[in-house]
Amino acid sequence: MGRTYHIIKYLCLLAWATFVVFPFLWALSTSFKDANAVTSGARYIPWVEFDPSVQGWTSLFASGSKGINIVTPFLNSASVTLLASIVSLSLGTLAAYGLSRFSFKAGFVKNSDITFFFISQRIMPPIVLAIPFFLMLKEINALDTIFGLVIVYVALLLPIAVWVMIDFFASIPKELDEMAMIDGCTPIGAFFRVVLPNSTAGLVVAGMFCLIFGWNDFFFAFILTFTETQLLPVAIVSLNSSVTPWWSLSAFALISVTPLALIAIVVERFMSRGSLAGAFR
Amino acid sequence: MLTLKNLSTAGRKRPLHALNADLKSGKIYTILGRTGSGKTELLRTVMGLDEIASGHLELDGQDLAKRPVRKRQMSMVYQQFINYPHLTVLKNVAFPLRRQGLSEKEASKRAMAALDLVGLAGFEGRMPSELSGGQQQRVAIARAIVKKARILLMDEPLANLDYKLREQLREEFPRLLAENSDGIILYSTTEPAEAMQLGDEMIVMHEGRILAMGAPEAIFEAPATVEVAKLISDPPVSIVAGRIADGKLSAGQTVLQSLPDLKMPDTGAVQIGIRPDALSIGGDMQAKVVLAEFSGSDTIVHLAFEFGAAVMLVEGIHEFSPDERISVSIDTSRLMFFSTDGENISERLGNG
Repeated sequence: MGRTYHIIKYLCLLAWATFVVFPFLWALSTSFKDANAVTSGARYIPWVEFDPSVQGWTSLFASGSKGINIVTPFLNSASVTLLASIVSLSLGTLAAYGLSRFSFKAGFVKNSDITFFFISQRIMPPIVLAIPFFLMLKEINALDTIFGLVIVYVALLLPIAVWVMIDFFASIPKELDEMAMIDGCTPIGAFFRVVLPNSTAGLVVAGMFCLIFGWNDFFFAFILTFTETQLLPVAIVSLNSSVTPWWSLSAFALISVTPLALIAIVVERFMSRGSLAGAFR
Repeated sequence: MLTLKNLSTAGRKRPLHALNADLKSGKIYTILGRTGSGKTELLRTVMGLDEIASGHLELDGQDLAKRPVRKRQMSMVYQQFINYPHLTVLKNVAFPLRRQGLSEKEASKRAMAALDLVGLAGFEGRMPSELSGGQQQRVAIARAIVKKARILLMDEPLANLDYKLREQLREEFPRLLAENSDGIILYSTTEPAEAMQLGDEMIVMHEGRILAMGAPEAIFEAPATVEVAKLISDPPVSIVAGRIADGKLSAGQTVLQSLPDLKMPDTGAVQIGIRPDALSIGGDMQAKVVLAEFSGSDTIVHLAFEFGAAVMLVEGIHEFSPDERISVSIDTSRLMFFSTDGENISERLGNG
């Protein structure tokens, strides 16, 4: 019974792991192919089934007709995503703490309405926001700049940060903040000395969401930039010509997925909620 | 001295209604009441965590209403074991001292002394999550007493502990609380025995009101109302409807034998309070056993009399089967009389 169960369990896990990893292996294999190897049927194993070529990778660091240089778009994407995520996470965490611990009331507007207002930003289809954002950035001369994109991305990422952190702060007993105040902290001191150090898991989750959404956005990066500030998802599209260079696209896809994968591996251990153990019973 | 003057709150859970009390330094006040009686609300209001709706709260004549929590010179132990999960046991206990501006060295020294007092020497380097429930609560107690606060508030600190640990800590409390001997200690509990054992004075609360306040023995011997009588005893005092006519006390069809030194209240309806230890096995009254429970070395027997239900406390372990009919006697000198609106009228009886 136990043995059969284990065999079935590991077969299922293997099937799932293959399902998840296969696209990456395929992309890795394709990135080392040339046009001939791509178009002549399904082939996976280099040296055995096809002769590997580094053309797909070199074209990403070339210029002119030989490909595009992705270093600048990569750095642009990294700057915009990091800056927007840091700002969103900082403001979002403070907003979420305020909403989870204090009662606000202005007319009929209460905490739950404010929370919904934040989250509702994500309900609207992006196209609805595109034109106002475009006009707004044009007005302040921020079109096609990193600064302009950061502003727009903060507007998009802030709801995510608030949403995740409100939920997280709700799981921290308010007695913990009270205890900090009893022990001599101001309300803001209680937040920084006690609540924040115990919120690593929430911050990591919210931060990951911000990074993922920011890094992967194509729509706004496409509409609000032209030539000066190109982001990675837009650059990948410009690779496409009359003949789709699958080898370059595969290499590009692997490069663009690597930063998020690395971050996920590094922060994975912070994502358990175990950090709150011992706070209360 | 902490003074409550017509103190009321508007909390949704259990608002407090016009509480009045003078709490003197150097005394332990135990607050006894059922869950939802307003004990926690009272402590939270004194601490400044809940707002005062009307009335005054004064410490040494100074109004506390506008004083922020951190400046109240009070400390608190919650029912839940609240510790800072990201700090070691030593840093947890040193936390309030550091906030007072003490150097790390001095704070650690005093924190170590407090940990030693609560029996946690050697655990200072651990994280709270690495401790058992009882040890975690000891950390919280050490952090509360290390400040030497003017007022120490303890909100059912033993409620979440198992029986053995509860007994153990309860026995240690007088020694631990001696650290705060100059201060005022407010200790809430749902257990009458705990309230009487620890308190210099006892405050009995029910539905957001103070029903009685005074020396535990005095309240136990002469509870002011039916409600107080029900609260101060575990197992509880049984209340049955009685009648006095022609100088004789009866309940239902049963005429209760009266002792010569007991003077009956005026003719009419009364409520009779029967303490669990006023009933004993053997006698001329018949009762049916509803349920018998063992509590440590005693047996608590729930009885159905012809005139109503009553609880009997018998020393030792006795086996009873449900529906068994037994003979019982009542020590009428241990009875209490209450008027129909709940006021204790046995005192008048004793004085008269």
